[in-house]
Amino acid sequence: MMRRFAPLLLALGVGLFIAQPPARAQETPPLLHPHFSFSGLFGGLNEASAQRGFWVYFKVCSNCHSMHQLHYRDLAGIGLNPAQIKAIAASVTVPLGLNDKGEKYSGPGTPASQFRSPFPNAAAARVVFNGAAPPDLSLMANARAGGPDYIYSLLNGFVTPPPGVKVPPGRYYNKYFPGHMIAMPPPLHNGVVTFADGTKATVPQMAHDVATFLYWAANPDEVARKRMGVRVVLFLLILTGLTYALKRKIWSDVEH
Amino acid sequence: MAGLHKSQFENPVLNWIDSRLPIPSLMHKEYAAFPTPKNFNYFWNFGALAMVTLVIMMATGIFLAMNYQPNTALAFSSVQHIMRDVNYGWLIRYVHQNGASMFFIVTYIHIFRGMYYGSYKAPRELLWILGVIILLLMMATAFMGYVLPWGQMSYWGATVITNLFSAFPVVGHSIVTLLWGGFSVSNPTLNRFFALHYLLPFVIVAVVFLHVWALHITGSNNPLGIDVKGPQDTVPFHPYYTSKDSVGICAFLAVWAFLVFFMPNLLADPNNFIKANPLQTPPDIVPEWYFLPFYAMLRSVPNKLGGVCTMFGSILVLFFLPWLDTCRVRSARFRPVFRKLIWVWLLATATLGVVGAHKPLGFWVPLGRICTLYYFFHFLVLLPLLGVLERTLPLPESISQAVLRKTGGGPMPHSATAQPMEKA
Repeated sequence: MMRRFAPLLLALGVGLFIAQPPARAQETPPLLHPHFSFSGLFGGLNEASAQRGFWVYFKVCSNCHSMHQLHYRDLAGIGLNPAQIKAIAASVTVPLGLNDKGEKYSGPGTPASQFRSPFPNAAAARVVFNGAAPPDLSLMANARAGGPDYIYSLLNGFVTPPPGVKVPPGRYYNKYFPGHMIAMPPPLHNGVVTFADGTKATVPQMAHDVATFLYWAANPDEVARKRMGVRVVLFLLILTGLTYALKRKIWSDVEH
Repeated sequence: MAGLHKSQFENPVLNWIDSRLPIPSLMHKEYAAFPTPKNFNYFWNFGALAMVTLVIMMATGIFLAMNYQPNTALAFSSVQHIMRDVNYGWLIRYVHQNGASMFFIVTYIHIFRGMYYGSYKAPRELLWILGVIILLLMMATAFMGYVLPWGQMSYWGATVITNLFSAFPVVGHSIVTLLWGGFSVSNPTLNRFFALHYLLPFVIVAVVFLHVWALHITGSNNPLGIDVKGPQDTVPFHPYYTSKDSVGICAFLAVWAFLVFFMPNLLADPNNFIKANPLQTPPDIVPEWYFLPFYAMLRSVPNKLGGVCTMFGSILVLFFLPWLDTCRVRSARFRPVFRKLIWVWLLATATLGVVGAHKPLGFWVPLGRICTLYYFFHFLVLLPLLGVLERTLPLPESISQAVLRKTGGGPMPHSATAQPMEKA
């Protein structure tokens, strides 16, 4: 049997080998692969890291990036208490719809408010950034191959371009960005924010925390989901075993 | 009481109902006493698994529909609303999303089981054809369901697939306009896809009913592929197969639950987490994994109409399988050549799945073409020829005889030598 298929398997193997695309100059290097609290089957959420990540988002990213799908009340998911959430929401000005005279008005946010958007709409963002609107970050950790690894790598990937590479105006060289020419200027610099817990705000530290925060933002159900999953899967496995025993018992009087 | 059905039920309530509307009798005949070959292996679980999946998909789908907005401006956010704000919305959605993959895994194994053991052969041709119709309906339902979250891959997948119909001469473009409800994939498209995605599962239920009806007329095939000769070859469906199906269902649900709770986005495309943008085409437009072999066939033909016909032909050919396979022996166990070739066919089809996931460049193009050719070669040339050329192995006289030989049981019980009797 095996001998009969050997040529076929050989052809397939050689084919797969040939099919590897030739390495081009300036190929995107493999993504950095840091350890995240949520990786692995039972990984939870490092709330301190997620909170620092939120702080970086709040102070730096949110100047250009929206997070439409999140509300301030959601921050309870990274361990902030109601008073903290209220204070954070109240510190931003958000559109509050129409007043009695039918005019748009804004005011301090509440926990029920959507995360404040830096621009009223996508067109307004595009005109500021030469046509490339900064993407919404609500689902960013799921919307790129590599997810949080990609975010971490990208934020650490601003390096001096290799000799001979010309970076056009309004673009920046990033090792991990497909095509390398990214419209986003390097957003993180050592000490650009101050963490309340005393953690030193280095670029890798902030990148790690932002990746953690964005992963939580895209998958807020993760902690509850995994906790429920352990119980459900165990229950079903035990039930499978019991049902199998029952089936053996029922079939014990039949030659089959 | 003339004309009343004489009920056999002792329970007075059941008896009263059964005398007037004999559903209890029907259920007893078809699902309790129903004589079923006693030599099924676990591959015979997959029909029941598909049924369970269909029910779960419909149940979760109804709850999703209560919170979903089929409008291009709202659809993407309404899915996020389900994931974040609806109580256990993430659970319902992940069960439904991964359920589509589970449904196709189960159905593909069910179909392969039928192919391996010759379940499509006389007298089960109609049963098989109804199954192929269910597969087509499932594909249409899955495709439209994938459009609903209105991510980038939803939008561009819908654009690519609906545009296929434009390949047909004369009527092609009118069909596409009709599908879109306009001149591009837009709000009317999403709206009608939602309506149809809700409708088609009920059509599937109707065809499944016919499928099961036909099954209960011909009776089940079995791993030996020989006819049931008498009661000694069968066991009542309950409790024997209700218990055996339950084992499969529990194990299957455990696998599904593992996917839902621990890696719910394993099979999801990152691009579908980006809201649909008609002005920005993603670098690769790739369908869901269960369509990849067909997508590879579509791209293997260097002509649009030819590709579309090849893709649809790959399913249509299944309708004719009962007549393309000219061998009278059903089970691959007694067909030494077919038994190997069916795995080669599976390898070719699986390879097509891999080809479909890659850009049509370099080596993948000829590989896709060879596998596409082989797919059709198997059905159109090999199967008709094998019926003439293949030397099949001798068939056992009956299921119970084969079982006794396998288990090395004692002398044949008296009943096993009974004359073959007509089966109800």
